[in-house]
Amino acid sequence: MTYNFTVSPDFNPNHLSGWFIFNTWLQKTLDTGIHLELYDDFDSQRRAIGDNKFDLIYANPYDASVLVRRKGFVPLVSPRDKSDEAIIAVRADSAITSVEELKAGLRISSTDDPDVNMMCMIMLEPADLTVNNTLTKQSDSYVIVAKDLIRGDSDVGFFLEETYNELSNVIRSQLRTLVHSQIQLINHVLLAGPGLAHKRDEIQGLLTDMGGCEKSKGVLDSLGFDAWDIVDQEDTEFMIDLMDTLET
Amino acid sequence: MISMNPADVVGAYEEIELQHADGAVRRVYVTDVEMAMPDGRLIVSRTDPAGNITHVNQSFMEMAGYTEEELIGVPHYILRHPDMPAVAFKGLWDTLKENKKWHGYVKNLRKDGGFYWVYATVIPNIRNGQLMGYTSVRRKPSRVKVAEAEALYKTLM
Repeated sequence: MTYNFTVSPDFNPNHLSGWFIFNTWLQKTLDTGIHLELYDDFDSQRRAIGDNKFDLIYANPYDASVLVRRKGFVPLVSPRDKSDEAIIAVRADSAITSVEELKAGLRISSTDDPDVNMMCMIMLEPADLTVNNTLTKQSDSYVIVAKDLIRGDSDVGFFLEETYNELSNVIRSQLRTLVHSQIQLINHVLLAGPGLAHKRDEIQGLLTDMGGCEKSKGVLDSLGFDAWDIVDQEDTEFMIDLMDTLET
Repeated sequence: MISMNPADVVGAYEEIELQHADGAVRRVYVTDVEMAMPDGRLIVSRTDPAGNITHVNQSFMEMAGYTEEELIGVPHYILRHPDMPAVAFKGLWDTLKENKKWHGYVKNLRKDGGFYWVYATVIPNIRNGQLMGYTSVRRKPSRVKVAEAEALYKTLM
């Protein structure tokens, strides 16, 4: 039997090959076929998820809500010390120094990453800014978001913190962090679908032992992770409740 | 339930007796010192079904001025500020009892007698059809919304 695996499209592009290396390692270790399919955007991945195409998903917190509560997925592990945080950045020479200085009509550049967009819109609330009084241009990547800012085509840009920190020095030197989230409780999680849930304990054991040998440690490194930590059902339910409170 | 201690209060204060919905009476000490909520933070807490605190995050402790040990097990109304009308909390509990999400602007009382405004959202934690408690998340509100809430609450006292 071959299982199907996908990864939230907001993965760091620098670790693209790492997910294929991880998939190969997982197949060998579990002694089963696993097909990895990656997507460039959230919409097409969600359509595939809606068709129940996947058994294993490295999900962002937003999609984890649907997968756990509506599709019967169970949590396996999360990467250690990798909470999802967001940054609102401005051009380095922008006169804006605080969120409260931003005004209606603000031009936002963002990707289609639902978690980042939600966190950043929350961070704009103190300025009474919403989707109804701002203009958003959605781009395919954070590099394009950064270029929009640098060119002056937008006033602020929404970034996943991890990706922002890995932008090239040339790009980052032309940007400035206006505000960054410190939520610390929201993170990506690897989930098993109903067809793979019977292997939950086995997969959790294998993944949390990855730091134990040189070869699997190298696989972790290729993903940019230090280790995996087991996530229990209640941890995930709590995160989903938290996400639910933020969707207002 | 922790009683407020005048020794913890910073600055000139007013002493007020608060009657809570469960019949408890608590003496609080209130100053006019406001603490602004930092950008990008969320204050998170969980309670059991009776409203007693079971979990707080670091931002909660920093904003409220209490330690985790002081907070776990005590009613969430330890943060109740006397400027908040009782009807606002009745609305909160009525909404939660229908298993619905509640949100609103809340003025909270700090251990040192100061206060801070938040935009709060509370949801019931339902597991296998059973109510296990509540999760509350508070974020930084706009000053315009705070001014509106302040004016409204004065009419409801």
